[in-house]
Amino acid sequence: MLNDPVWQLIIVCALATFATRVLPFVALYRQADHPLIIHLGRYLPPAVMLILVIYALRDLRPLTPDQTLSFDANGLPLLIASLTVAALHLWRRNALLSIGLGTASYMLMVQLSGTNL
Amino acid sequence: MISAAWRHAGHQTLPVMFGYLPLGAAFGILAIEVGISGYAALAMSVFIYAGAGQFLALALLAAGAGLTEVAVATLMLNSRHVFYGLSLLKRFQGAGLKKPYLIFALTDETYSLLTSQPAENEPSHALDFRISLLNQSWWVLGSLMGVGLGSAALFDSQGIEFALTALFIVLTLEQACRLRQSRPFVIALFTGIGALLILPDRHLLLGAIACACLLLLADYFRFASHRRTQC
Repeated sequence: MLNDPVWQLIIVCALATFATRVLPFVALYRQADHPLIIHLGRYLPPAVMLILVIYALRDLRPLTPDQTLSFDANGLPLLIASLTVAALHLWRRNALLSIGLGTASYMLMVQLSGTNL
Repeated sequence: MISAAWRHAGHQTLPVMFGYLPLGAAFGILAIEVGISGYAALAMSVFIYAGAGQFLALALLAAGAGLTEVAVATLMLNSRHVFYGLSLLKRFQGAGLKKPYLIFALTDETYSLLTSQPAENEPSHALDFRISLLNQSWWVLGSLMGVGLGSAALFDSQGIEFALTALFIVLTLEQACRLRQSRPFVIALFTGIGALLILPDRHLLLGAIACACLLLLADYFRFASHRRTQC
């Protein structure tokens, strides 16, 4: 089982995740008020979130090589669904609604375009 | 027979249940689609228990990332947990045998629930424990549903992996609404798009996050020296 890359990954992820949660309880509590800690605690998470969005959209190609609109999964459906999520969330601030409707719209577009609309 | 104490905790975790069941199911379905076994998917929800972290793990698995990169990317993605812990140091004092689990189960949503208890209520480790355990139960139950649905292919799940992208978009907007400052987002755009242009796919995330962290440190020291010269 330990030779299986999937289980190796699970063990590494579990340990790394627990490490981030337990770290302040064993080591950092005396520096809780250090301004550098406060600075990173404040600004690192939003930066990481936006990088994850960029990462998730790295294959976005709304235009085909000959400059026409692309209806592939990583073309217009991805662009429209992403904008739908953002617009819904700015409007209602309901995470479940934004994620649910956005994902449903993406699935619908991808599955319909797959059947040669 | 469900005791009043568990009902009280259960009521508080309802919003999390509505979030964790579908997201856990999305994770379970995606895990099956990526090609790992149902047991491995459930083990991830039981032993890793981190929403975005588990999706990231699937993405890294699908991309064939190395274990070092998996460890660093997970540490970076979950670095925010460090700061949750800092603000709960006193709160978890004296929790005894419950303390390791309370620390292990500290997700964004559990942290939000624990820190938004009405001020007039005395903090209770028993209640904290019930909320933490129920939240993880919703997550594991959702994963179980997803593994079942994904395996049986009860509906066409093509495109469900977009839930991950949607989650990150929502979290970014939440961060932006809370912070109302452009600095970290400008840094993220710069390093994210920079990494997209020059780094190979498997080092993209790690490179962008590490550079963003360095720029934030540089930013801090620039302002620190600026403050000193003003004094």
